Amino acid sequence: MSNALEDLYQTIILEQAKARTGEGIEEHSDGSSHQVNPTCGDEITVQVDLDGDRVSALRWEGDGCTISMASASILSELAVGWDIDTARDRITTFRTVMRSRGAAELPEEEFEDGIALNGVSRFIMRVKCAMMSWVAFEDALAQALATGASHATGTTSAGVSHC
Amino acid sequence: MTSPSVSKTSPEALTLAEVTRIREDFPIFGRQVNGHPLVYLDTAATSQRPLAVLGAMRSFDLQHNGSVHRGAHTLAAESTELFETVRAEVAAFLGADADEVVWTKNATEGLNLIASAFVNASAGRGGPDADIFALHPGDEILITESEHHSNLVPWQEVSAHTGATLRWIPLGDDGELRLDLLDDLLTERTRVVAFAQVSNVLGGIVPVSRIVARAREVGALTVLDVCQSAPHLPLDLHTLGVDFAALSGHKMLGPTGVGCAYGRRELWKAMPPFLTGGSTITTVTMDHTDFIDPPERFEAGTQMTEQVVGLGAAVRYLQQVGMPRIAAWEQMLGTRLAEGVTTIPGVRLLGPSAGRPRTGLVSVDVEGVHAHDVGQLLDAQGIAVRVGHHCAQPVHHRYGVTASTRASTYLYNTPSEVDAFLDALSGVRHYFGVGA
Repeated sequence: MSNALEDLYQTIILEQAKARTGEGIEEHSDGSSHQVNPTCGDEITVQVDLDGDRVSALRWEGDGCTISMASASILSELAVGWDIDTARDRITTFRTVMRSRGAAELPEEEFEDGIALNGVSRFIMRVKCAMMSWVAFEDALAQALATGASHATGTTSAGVSHC
Repeated sequence: MTSPSVSKTSPEALTLAEVTRIREDFPIFGRQVNGHPLVYLDTAATSQRPLAVLGAMRSFDLQHNGSVHRGAHTLAAESTELFETVRAEVAAFLGADADEVVWTKNATEGLNLIASAFVNASAGRGGPDADIFALHPGDEILITESEHHSNLVPWQEVSAHTGATLRWIPLGDDGELRLDLLDDLLTERTRVVAFAQVSNVLGGIVPVSRIVARAREVGALTVLDVCQSAPHLPLDLHTLGVDFAALSGHKMLGPTGVGCAYGRRELWKAMPPFLTGGSTITTVTMDHTDFIDPPERFEAGTQMTEQVVGLGAAVRYLQQVGMPRIAAWEQMLGTRLAEGVTTIPGVRLLGPSAGRPRTGLVSVDVEGVHAHDVGQLLDAQGIAVRVGHHCAQPVHHRYGVTASTRASTYLYNTPSEVDAFLDALSGVRHYFGVGA
């Protein structure tokens, strides 16, 4: 197998895809977003709760490939405790690196285990897989903010991942 | 893994020596992918193109390029002659007449062209001649659960525009259409039946004549998607008796950007135009247009002449090899695939079981491993397959998956390529730590 493939399917990725940290959605959330990857039909729903301007919970439910499931699992580990600005900043960085065709890498101090996703950026067909949960997170966050106070019942928006 | 049975081919099939010769016409097969020789098993998405097709397009550009059906100069005349000669050649290839073949961008456009007639006629366009296409609430459109989105979504649109009800022939657990329900679903209320001869996911060959016979009994029009059949099987549209058909050139050795729609002559004549503008008219005043006869009525704007020329070369190439021999070769490859995947633990064949009529195409679900991951692992070994829903989400939904892995062959594929795919497939679950 090629080295690039080993970069893509690092042990952490394979483990996270099985662990599915954060899996399981609830009836109520501050913000929720359902995203679909139109190329394969994969889908995910991400829910966020806010405590003031901090992410207090992130839950998700979805069906997809190793990369998309691992990415959602890693996101769940990272996002809880982020304030809104940090979350937006991390989403921007993640998107930039994933789109970089291998030219950029995620900073380890910010993304921890998430740097295992660095290899994805060299596989143009897989960038959407990694992005799907992050796009849903971005949208869920926007929903939560749009509905105002935390612990209100947010709206669920649906969309197609534009990554 | 257990080896599939020794391949048997009927006497009329191509020989391995001939296929080896054919492969030399496709320089792309000389390349490496990720350090391995390319194993191209994605023809159902798009086929590779032989030198003869590229040569025809190059020669057209270097020697003849002019505007078809416009002007009086020699280049325009030569281009027009080539353009119309290919129309006749493609028509003959399909068992049709030249004036029954309309150029389109691809099959999707062809099917939209045909579907639009029902929308336009229902809105009164085309006058009394077009009544045959006019639909009303209470009328029914019949499709199948195994359709490609391109032969499903346009009919949903027709239904939404006209009030006609969309119905479909369901798929059975055996991967084949429930034709036992045909008489209940195809009734006097049915005005049009649209279906694929070969499903792009399941690979089974649908008994067209049975559906056409029933459609005729009740006076319904038939639309046949031949995207996955015309490139692989001998086809005679007149004998099949369908009213319309559509295909894409790039799935049959031709370039992208060209396909065609077939229609019975009198139906084209009765049909209101689709895209309008230049080329589609006889007389235009500021407030009125008279439209020209088919096929030009449906070929708005300057056409993809170079691609049409390329498609002509593709069809000549296929005819030279011989469609019955290609079909027999691919039937052998398809059987080898279907039997082979069936022996791999954790791999489920979608579609008819080995031994049932199929082309050289199989789709599988690998238990516990997403199709994108399967495709990635195969690509690392130089094997190109399609992963995803293949523009047929309902078929996948029917069999409880969102995506599948599809291997599809053509006249240039060999049994050892099929075996390379089967070997790689049998290693997938181990790589991802699934199963024993």
